[in-house]
Amino acid sequence: MSATAFGWLVLIFPLAGTILIGLGSRRWSGRTAGFIGTGAIALSFASSIGAFVVLLGEPTDARQLTSTAWDYATSVGLDIQLGILVDPLSVVMCLVVSGVSTLIHLYSTAYMVSDEGYTRFFAYLNFFVFSMLLLVLAGNFVLLVVGWAFVGFASYALISFWYRRTTATAAGMKAFVINVIGDIGLVLAAFLIFRELGAFDYLTVFEEAPGHFEPNDGTIVAICLLLLVGAFAKSAQLPLHTWLPDAMEGPTPVSALIHAATMVTAGVYLIARAHPLFELAPTAADIAAFIGLATLLVAATIALVVTDLKRIIAYSTMSQIGYMVVAVSIGAYTAGIFHLMTHAFFKALLFMAAGSIIGAMAGNQNIDRMSGFRRAMPFTSFTLIVGALALAGFPLMSGFFSKDEIMVFAAERGGMYWIFAIGGYVAAFMTAFYAFRIGFRVVTGDPCPEAKELEQGHLAHGEHLNPATGEKEDTDVGFPGAEHHIAERAPGMRIAMGVLAVLSIIAGVIQLPGITAGMEHFLEGTFEDSELFHIVPSDESAYLGLLVGAILSIAGIGLAYMAYVARPGMTARLRSRMGGVHDFLQHKWYFDEAIDFLVYRPVIRVGQFCNNVIERVVVDGIVTATVGAIREVGLLVRGAQSGFVRAYALLVLGGFAALALYFLVVSS
Amino acid sequence: MAVEWYLVLSALLFATGAAGVLLRRSPLVVLLCLELMLNAGNLALLAFARSTGTQDGHVFALVVMVVAACEVVVGLGLIVAMFRRRLPLNVDEFRGLKG
Repeated sequence: MSATAFGWLVLIFPLAGTILIGLGSRRWSGRTAGFIGTGAIALSFASSIGAFVVLLGEPTDARQLTSTAWDYATSVGLDIQLGILVDPLSVVMCLVVSGVSTLIHLYSTAYMVSDEGYTRFFAYLNFFVFSMLLLVLAGNFVLLVVGWAFVGFASYALISFWYRRTTATAAGMKAFVINVIGDIGLVLAAFLIFRELGAFDYLTVFEEAPGHFEPNDGTIVAICLLLLVGAFAKSAQLPLHTWLPDAMEGPTPVSALIHAATMVTAGVYLIARAHPLFELAPTAADIAAFIGLATLLVAATIALVVTDLKRIIAYSTMSQIGYMVVAVSIGAYTAGIFHLMTHAFFKALLFMAAGSIIGAMAGNQNIDRMSGFRRAMPFTSFTLIVGALALAGFPLMSGFFSKDEIMVFAAERGGMYWIFAIGGYVAAFMTAFYAFRIGFRVVTGDPCPEAKELEQGHLAHGEHLNPATGEKEDTDVGFPGAEHHIAERAPGMRIAMGVLAVLSIIAGVIQLPGITAGMEHFLEGTFEDSELFHIVPSDESAYLGLLVGAILSIAGIGLAYMAYVARPGMTARLRSRMGGVHDFLQHKWYFDEAIDFLVYRPVIRVGQFCNNVIERVVVDGIVTATVGAIREVGLLVRGAQSGFVRAYALLVLGGFAALALYFLVVSS
Repeated sequence: MAVEWYLVLSALLFATGAAGVLLRRSPLVVLLCLELMLNAGNLALLAFARSTGTQDGHVFALVVMVVAACEVVVGLGLIVAMFRRRLPLNVDEFRGLKG
């Protein structure tokens, strides 16, 4: 079979799964939907492997294959095809998306089993995977926009999955609105591309763009900046990031799949996909890199102080995506996509472990209340530590190789790009610290009451309280269901976490500096025309970078050990001494407040002005004046209306007689 | 015969009808007078048609007759309805159009 045939199969399985689960949702009980959903995604993953193997058999310059199912829209000068592009970049994305999705589906079959919305959940989740695969396989900008909007909807539906929870519905709307801002940017970029080049097709656009635009031409910079609006909204980069922490209101598997491993990396994929355009607009690429760096640092500082377990991981996700955005913007495509892959593994793992711990805590997500789970939940504790080590970039873990490669590349480009190397290493230190803030808080110390109970073999079942507001939950619709589930007691969860733990440890081997360069060789099919792609740091600088990374990572973990294990009072003292900074970080750099002040309030003001002045005075004024004028004229002529029928008849006759007389006089 | 005689007859008929419409108060008589006016018009049309030898007047007169028939149907229906409701059969008392 050809690679494109496998590409279509990758799309068909999740779509079929969605439709099947959606149609059968009323009839099936138990775990049927979960098995269908997991099976569909597993088949999709198998097809991705098929496409991968076929592509490996092709020579490097013949690894970009397109296939068209039918013409989507044909009009004067416009020819949009429902076509896919199967090339190394999209195949890597397909492998990551469908692979991680399979494991998360498997995890969900156990985690969500007592939820009344179990079937609905899997229908949404399959739809999400379909949309995401459509996004990465799309062969033109129109289909990309379609996939882009679909994942936005899937994200909305899954964040608001527990729709009786007001905070969850509000978070869903916030995510949707911000994503729509991104959609608008993307659509406008597509229009501009079409206006300039007359095509939507990736390969045509990328081929013609260098001949059409001067480097740093105003139009190409505008196109790239509009693409960036889309990318940043989807990937939660400053200042469009505020929806991501709130999105943690959704079920934990959703956080793991959509808001850590796959959807939020769509922006990174977009920049990598559109790299021929970004290389023509270095200004836009530099802006993207600086915003990525800012996000990286801001999110890492917030992750130091937030106390909600899932929100710490969410800020960590933002921060790690910042790394990827920096990477693909400065031209380190291999490193960016490589980090995207390893991040998908260890971040999904961290979320799964967090879900298991939240299960043991009966829904409570505050890490201040967690401690000492190492005996009660040995497996979860182990996977959590593995995830944290990979996130912290501990030597020889997957995150170690992928993260450092970005900084080494930045240093290799030199000049201004040193900022990204230095900033990246600063953030790497903070990352190690907050990763083990979670690790040490949850795993070590005296067992908290829930952990003690669990050691006796009893899983805590507290009241169902909203983790964000502490209010009592309406449990009529499912969540949190009758029982909680932890990995120690659910084989499905354990398998998924085990596989991801192994991948988090060993995934680095495919791209070891100087030894293997599997990712780089494979991706060459997509990036062979790029000059930046062929900048490869020397082995010496790569090893030096790894050494710096290792030192910073161990130092960060050591500091976390001091703060949370050796001298537990240290953080409290620090907090009392630097109350201002702590407050500032606790309020997440006041981004929500700033958006409220800069966008929300002015819009409301303008709305009130329109209501009070334009509507009440101008529009109503015009209407009232018109009515008044007509009434006045009416009063003047009403006297003629006597209601006396014979008088009307006389007027008609008299009028005609007068007319006839007039014509007689005129004609004679 | 010259066309003038027909026109004089037509004018007399029209004047009679118009006077009836203006002076009589019974809706039934008003309706009859309206018919008289229409037929006066028809007579003039036919006279001219005959004198010029064209068909246009004939066709137009036929159309007027159809309209007149329709008008009688509606008008008589209205008068019968008024009678049934015991409304006064006097056009001067229907003054709902007064402004």
